[in-house]
Amino acid sequence: MASDTTGKPQPATLRVGALDAFIASDGAISLLVVLLGFLCGTVLILAVGRNPANMYAALLQTLTGFDITRGTWNARYIGEWLTASMPLILCGLSMGFAARTGLFNIGAEGQYVMGLTAAQFVALYGPRISGLHWALALLAGLVAGALWGALVGWLKARYSVSEVVATIMLNYVAYFLSRFLTQLIPAANTYRTPAYPETALLKNALFERLTNGSRLNTGLFVVALCVLFYWFVIERTKLGYELRATGFNKEAARCSGIKVTRSITASMAISGGFAGLAGVIVALGSFGYGRVLGGLDNYGFNGIAVALVGNSTAGGTLLSGLLFGMLASAQPLMQSRQIPKEVTWIISGLVVVFISLRAGFRMIAEWRQKRIAEKGGTRDE
Amino acid sequence: MDEYAIEMLEVTKVFPGVVANDKVTLRVRENEIHAILGENGAGKSTLMSILFGLYDPDGGSIRVKGKDVRIRDPNEATALGIGMVHQHFKLVHNYTVTENIILGLEPKRRDGTIDLSGAERRVAELSERYGLSVDPRAKIESITVGMQQRVEILKILYRNADILIFDEPTAVLTPQEIDELMSILKRLKAEGKTIILITHKLREIKEAAERCTVLRRGRYIGTVDVAGTSEEEMAAMMVGRAVKFRVDKAPAKPGDVVLCIEDLTVMSAKGHPAVKGLSLDVRAGEIVGLAGVDGNGQSELIQAITGLAKVHTGRILLEGRDITRLSIKERVEAGIGHVPEDRHKHGLVLDFRLDENFALKCYDKAPILRKFGVLDFGAMADKGETLIGEYDIRAGRGPATKARNMSGGNQQKAIIAREIDLSPRLLVVAQPTRGLDVGAIEYIHKRIVAERDKGRAVLLISFELDEIMGLCDRIAAISKGEIVGVVDAAAAEERAIGAMMAGVRGGVRDGGRGREQGAS
Repeated sequence: MASDTTGKPQPATLRVGALDAFIASDGAISLLVVLLGFLCGTVLILAVGRNPANMYAALLQTLTGFDITRGTWNARYIGEWLTASMPLILCGLSMGFAARTGLFNIGAEGQYVMGLTAAQFVALYGPRISGLHWALALLAGLVAGALWGALVGWLKARYSVSEVVATIMLNYVAYFLSRFLTQLIPAANTYRTPAYPETALLKNALFERLTNGSRLNTGLFVVALCVLFYWFVIERTKLGYELRATGFNKEAARCSGIKVTRSITASMAISGGFAGLAGVIVALGSFGYGRVLGGLDNYGFNGIAVALVGNSTAGGTLLSGLLFGMLASAQPLMQSRQIPKEVTWIISGLVVVFISLRAGFRMIAEWRQKRIAEKGGTRDE
Repeated sequence: MDEYAIEMLEVTKVFPGVVANDKVTLRVRENEIHAILGENGAGKSTLMSILFGLYDPDGGSIRVKGKDVRIRDPNEATALGIGMVHQHFKLVHNYTVTENIILGLEPKRRDGTIDLSGAERRVAELSERYGLSVDPRAKIESITVGMQQRVEILKILYRNADILIFDEPTAVLTPQEIDELMSILKRLKAEGKTIILITHKLREIKEAAERCTVLRRGRYIGTVDVAGTSEEEMAAMMVGRAVKFRVDKAPAKPGDVVLCIEDLTVMSAKGHPAVKGLSLDVRAGEIVGLAGVDGNGQSELIQAITGLAKVHTGRILLEGRDITRLSIKERVEAGIGHVPEDRHKHGLVLDFRLDENFALKCYDKAPILRKFGVLDFGAMADKGETLIGEYDIRAGRGPATKARNMSGGNQQKAIIAREIDLSPRLLVVAQPTRGLDVGAIEYIHKRIVAERDKGRAVLLISFELDEIMGLCDRIAAISKGEIVGVVDAAAAEERAIGAMMAGVRGGVRDGGRGREQGAS
């Protein structure tokens, strides 16, 4: 009989443990990927002969409002950073929710447009009662986005229509529908409607005062509630359990009595709802009038990147939305410091590319396991 | 000293995390039928894949007819005269027998066209010589599974193989077809061929083989003369301990009818009737087995009972209540437990934790469900802990183990645990032991009998006639979607059931039907 060899030095085993633990942790990989992205950005700035310290100074000012070169402090930058992050976080949640339940929602953009359009109409035609008016607009945007998503979910569940194709197509439908409907509004020209009444705006006097007149608005509460809702539903509720089961194995879920058609439709509705709310927050928080869209705002597509880097968890998506928001709102500050603003897009693009390294790390882990098995001849029991 | 056709000496093959073959030695004599016996995962298939050139061994040497060889791919194996009849046939269904046989080796005429008639003559000759009675011009889709297997045999004979490997050849056959295969094996031997028979069925070894090599957990246990070794001895070598063949059970005490199927017709996915006017009763406290060859309407029948497929016509009653139109969930609540045929597709969510899998059918009830649609994951883990202990499920990280990372036997135990834990009135069990080792099979059989003794009705579907015969109290044979006959298991004769599985009416009809239904 063969004798079992167990002679493996202790430190080697330890190193294996640490590396494997690192690879197993999605959060650690996300962090590494972000650092890599910034490293590349830094090298790039050096390559074009600028000082990368200026980029970090701009980022610091975005995050804290503190201008390190002049020694001044202005809280407005913090407010603008958060304002830019809000729709990104919501669209990230939209993508993430679909991903956690086995769906690929590439249609957050269309759901966002539907939410935005619905909110614009309620803002212009809703009852001008303070407190109620914007709340109704929020609700309308939520419902519009949710319906736009639910339609895709229902098509997929009932007629096996690929959600990827359906959402991409519906993005265009949403965009042109929004343009067409908004231009029907009396006194609307080719790019805007008349201004909203004051009661429709998501303005928040306290936030404005705290952040020195930034556009930071009541939407912040909506985002906070959404992050909590996301976590609670996915991780804690019966609904989340059913949706996840359906996402992982539709057949087994059906066998257990879960109504799969309803689950898929609900997943897409919730996913669309997040994107719809993002539309409302942009429409009523960042603008004082309705827009006839001249192009897509791209928050929906950026949400895919946000969810990817955030591992589709509530906390991760929040952090990654803040990261992407920071890169976006740091652009003017970078330009004023002679850093080309495009570097932020390069960094966020690289981060998304590097995220695919996760698969590479898994391969390394498997390869190592094989090596260990071959050397030690380990066997179960 | 005997002449060896094949010698595999101290062959080792390592896969990530597992040694599939650990210095295994196999010596097959010229012109013998040599069986390789072992449980699932014992390394039989790996060993044969090495011999057939599908895997490269990590150690050891191979000799064919006395010469050292290295077999790098199946073509080299074919060149050495080694042929393999795979468990899953590799045939093109809309081609004829001859077209399938010559695939890849087409005989060409001078003008470049295929000499089909010449090939047909050669196939007919071979078929005649080995007593295979295959029609060279028949389309594959129009011939039986047993006949298809003979086409596979012809395929390798056509390539001049003289060492034939059969990988679990009886798994897909009816008892009659198994008998025929056994005589074909003997005929092949009489014509000078050497045969390696991979199996875990002792009876077949007893019947056909001369010598038998036993593997257990990747290791070589020994080679025995079949004539001088009892089935019990071989089983003990295979499992590593004494094994009971018969399931221990007291006579059934059947009670009231629990499941009553009346004149049921179910359409297949393609729209043909897969179950045709089928009627069947299952009583409390009995196990009714549905004996049949795969694809005769068993899957559709189960799907109709559990609510996965729509009923076309007919009724299904559970304890007198019509459940024909109820949803899947309502049927679970009415008391139907279901151990599905395909545990990965239907039984488990492989990316869920074990305790989440346990909860699949009870997550919407206390104690797991709390107020406002919130789940108590602590209670879920507690339940997982309990079931793991109660059903002896081996899971590395307890309730937190991903189902994907568990062995097949433990996955199946987990499904059984979940379904039995619901205390169903009716337990529908399909292929509960497919691919499992003897220990797990024994355990699962014991659990099913225990459920019967608790007064549950059990409907068992299995393609293993041995399992049906050993476990059931009554046996219903199904063929082409119809019940051909229902017999008492105690009085059942394997041959008669085999005939019924092939569609020949001969069993005793279930006389008790019709009387019980007046009450509902």
